[in-house]
Amino acid sequence: MADVPFWNREIETAERSRLQELQLQRLKTIVGTGATADDVFQNMMTYGLFTGGLGLHYGAERVGMTVIPIGGGNTKRQIQTMKDFQTTVVHITPSYLLHIHSRMDEDGICRKDLALRKAFIGAEPHSENTRRKLQDLLQIDAYNSYGLSELNGPGVAFECVCKKDMHLWEDSYIAEVIDSQTGEVLRDGQEGELVLTNLVRRAMPTLRYHTRDLAFLYPEGCDCGRTHRRLSRILGRTDDMLIINGVNVFPSQIEEKIMKIPEVATNYQIYIDKKGALDRLTVKVEIYPKLFLGEVAKLEALRNKIREELQASITIAPVVELHEPGSLPVFEGKAKRVVDKRPKD
Amino acid sequence: MKITQISVFLENRQGRLYDVCSLLGNNNVNIRALTIAETESFGVLRIVVDKSDAAIRLLRDNQFVANFTDVIAIEVPDKPGGLASILKVLAENEVNIEYMYGFVEKFSDKALLVMRFEDMDFAQQILAKHNVHVVAEKDIQGL
Repeated sequence: MADVPFWNREIETAERSRLQELQLQRLKTIVGTGATADDVFQNMMTYGLFTGGLGLHYGAERVGMTVIPIGGGNTKRQIQTMKDFQTTVVHITPSYLLHIHSRMDEDGICRKDLALRKAFIGAEPHSENTRRKLQDLLQIDAYNSYGLSELNGPGVAFECVCKKDMHLWEDSYIAEVIDSQTGEVLRDGQEGELVLTNLVRRAMPTLRYHTRDLAFLYPEGCDCGRTHRRLSRILGRTDDMLIINGVNVFPSQIEEKIMKIPEVATNYQIYIDKKGALDRLTVKVEIYPKLFLGEVAKLEALRNKIREELQASITIAPVVELHEPGSLPVFEGKAKRVVDKRPKD
Repeated sequence: MKITQISVFLENRQGRLYDVCSLLGNNNVNIRALTIAETESFGVLRIVVDKSDAAIRLLRDNQFVANFTDVIAIEVPDKPGGLASILKVLAENEVNIEYMYGFVEKFSDKALLVMRFEDMDFAQQILAKHNVHVVAEKDIQGL
């Protein structure tokens, strides 16, 4: 019989082996932190299109750990799962891990009910203080992780057991730090924009990709003996991109949506603060007087519509506030639309 | 016979209600009935005043978001069961009420209520058919 599909061992394509290379990269990343096949790994990053989820998932499976593909959200369930499965390693944003800790009391779960020993933290900038706080509160080791979807995802750079900033895998990437104004390549130790070139991928060649992340590379080696240079903590951005609970948001995405909604005027403000350990995004808009008919239900429906439209674009659901025209600040020249009240720790 | 209500959007900010009332008070506008519909993040103030056109101009000139809404002023027997008797008529005829609130003054010996209906014209027909007395705009202004 012709045309019946059968699986054939020789069907191993070049791309499949590329994927395996990636898994190997993450495998050695994870092993470098001291995690082993005996660990139980709760992968709390978002699955789906976000590379942080499946990226480390495959690597963890290669290590041979038990992998719980729980994804993000549902705090109660996360904590219960940590207890039920006696999770030893988590992959998560530092702010969400702090939030989880603050909620443990509510659910009557204390530290001794859990078996946590390591956390891989990343997706948002955080300070050494935050890492130490997490380590103290949860009695774990926390390892900083750097990655970006354009360059395969998590594990571009990762800390080893020394925890003195992240080894950038130079067998997979060429890393340069440049002056983003002039393009000049800077020396190790000088702060500038990280530029990355991918060595082991064919499907999407990435040559000297401007990450827009500000950082520096360490000239000195590490006590662990690895010669892959270390990358500092990310010190900022060269553009206006915001990171809210690990999600990248460009103010222009919000602006584009707001301009398309006829019921609101074009003056708006993006307000970010903290609610407990988590970031909170509020979008303030001014309503159009002509469209106000006095009905509460219609205003609430408008608020929800704006929220949904924004969520479809930026993936997180902001708080939407309706304001009277003229009550939000107006700027001449370049509008300062973003007010970020999060403390820089 | 419809009368005019003014709806004002109130941002969730300290003193906003005071701002409205002092503006009207300082300009000799008298509020005859009022209610506030609130949500977590904003409120809608609904008022019936003695000088509607002047009031809305004042509000708009002072950067308030305000608009006219048609409502009906209905007389209701001022005794226990009075309101229920009116509501019975409305319910039996499938007239849906969106909201209602009371006037400060009476027009006659009956209680006076403001009502807004989902279908204003249909509501008026039913009220007329059942001899429910509705007070006209000119009489409201004189209250």
